[in-house]
Amino acid sequence: MFSYAARRLASAVPTILVVITIAFFMIRLAPGGPFDQERQVPPEVAANLERAYHLDEPLTAQFVRYLGNILTGDFGPSFRYRDFGVSELLADGFPISMQLGASAMVLAVAIGFAAGSLAALRRNTFSDMAVMGAAMTGIAVPNFVVAPIMTLVLGVWFALLPVGGWGGINHAILPVLALALPQIATIARLTRGSMLEVLRADFIRTARAKGLSERATITGHAMRAAALPVLSYLGPATAGIITGSVVIEQIFGIPGIGRYFVQGALNRDYTLVMGVVIFYAVLIILLNLIVDLLYPLFDPRVRHD
Amino acid sequence: MTDLTLAPPRSPWRDATTRLARNRAAVVSAIILGLITLACVFGPMLSGYELDAIDWEKIQTPPDSDHWFGTDGNGRDLLVRVLTGGRISLALGIAATMVAVLIGVTWGALAGYLGGAIDALLMRVVDVLYALPFMFFVILLMVFFGRDPILMFVALGAVSWLDMARIVRGQTLSLKRQDFVRAAQAMGAPTSQIVRRHIVPNLMGPVVVFATLTVPQVILFESFLSFLGLGVQEPMTSWGVLISEGSQTMQASPWMLLFPAVFLATTLFCLNFIGDGLRDALDPRDH
Repeated sequence: MFSYAARRLASAVPTILVVITIAFFMIRLAPGGPFDQERQVPPEVAANLERAYHLDEPLTAQFVRYLGNILTGDFGPSFRYRDFGVSELLADGFPISMQLGASAMVLAVAIGFAAGSLAALRRNTFSDMAVMGAAMTGIAVPNFVVAPIMTLVLGVWFALLPVGGWGGINHAILPVLALALPQIATIARLTRGSMLEVLRADFIRTARAKGLSERATITGHAMRAAALPVLSYLGPATAGIITGSVVIEQIFGIPGIGRYFVQGALNRDYTLVMGVVIFYAVLIILLNLIVDLLYPLFDPRVRHD
Repeated sequence: MTDLTLAPPRSPWRDATTRLARNRAAVVSAIILGLITLACVFGPMLSGYELDAIDWEKIQTPPDSDHWFGTDGNGRDLLVRVLTGGRISLALGIAATMVAVLIGVTWGALAGYLGGAIDALLMRVVDVLYALPFMFFVILLMVFFGRDPILMFVALGAVSWLDMARIVRGQTLSLKRQDFVRAAQAMGAPTSQIVRRHIVPNLMGPVVVFATLTVPQVILFESFLSFLGLGVQEPMTSWGVLISEGSQTMQASPWMLLFPAVFLATTLFCLNFIGDGLRDALDPRDH
């Protein structure tokens, strides 16, 4: 188990290096510098600025310097928010983005799994069709359409909830819901499919044959097995929620990492954008690792030793 | 696909077509999607309004007999804008999917057919890329190299081929053990020819299904980027751009959000239903 974890962690290192390298060179090769859009500064001042941020060094030297700094947790100064380091901005935005993302994930798994199981157990009934129709809607209607409509109805017309900002549960309801909906839909479809397959399996027939109640068969045997594909989907789901949070934070004006990312991208804030990409890539790789390590707990057929 | 259905009766393709025709959701979706496509392609020419023509009498007015979908904040006819935006969204979706199919099929077929260390290496690359928040890279590309539609479809295609590669590899692994491939090998056919003539044509089923399901994904990505202001730019427009504009003025003029949103959602619905229908038709195991 531990040697497996160590091996997986070691194989994550080159992945992260690839991410850093691509992000670094892509941004440096791009036309336009971070100071281009300011009013014209005298060349001496421009040169001083470039020296202060080490932009006058050769690319490889910049890259090595950047790598070294990241190892010490320093993502460098932001090119736009002059008085802040990128690490500070990340530390500032992450708790908010994490609350938002984690709540959405919990909601998505709970509702998605329950709805998908229901649909499978009542196959071809009205409940099944209703759940699957709703799930198809959740997949087809993107959250940047759902979020404004929910805001309009619940926030403006009925004035039940705040339309933007952050702080308190009331502020969280709309964005969490909007972020969770596509994942609820995907997880419901996934669960229905795997549940239908599991219900045909021999061990379910055995459980029934030995006289186990239907309830115990479903909760004790079927649900556990049907949850496995959902567990494997948690990695992609995380990536989906992180991507979605970019647009949701933008719509609701939530001061999380996603908003910094869009602002940074529009402002050519090299270090901030790169910091966010690397931070999220590492996060996703680690979460995938955790899911893989937890997998044997749920599926005894998989062993890591 | 049509030329394949000319094959002798009871071919797998004929069976699949029959099964697909019996799937009501898929058939209705195909008809609706066809209508939307026709409207997007020919509608702007027939409407009598230019994309950027301003009606000074009617700025941001609700739908009426002149402007069926109303006008936007600049007094431009929304119907023409929605249909023209649809052209861009659909064209980008199809073009990017073709890029994804090209890369994914080549990658997966090579990995599956060659096997061994090359397979391990190729699939390791897919695993690595799979774990990345690739939308962030597309955003980087768009921001730093200009918001160019050509770059956009290449970038979107370049991040959408991973599932395709996995599916194609799996399929290739089972194909290459079959007798007709062995026979070709025994006759000394070169690898490239076996892959091109024997493996790839037999992959068409899953590839068609998956491509159908990739188109809505790409359209969704494009709208996502355009919504953030990082995708299609003025004077061009797309459904994502229109939805973004509409969501900013939806209190005063909900029709500006409603029409592009309905078009986008309907298109995504139809493509998903068609994809599901094709999968059921081509993969009869479950039915």
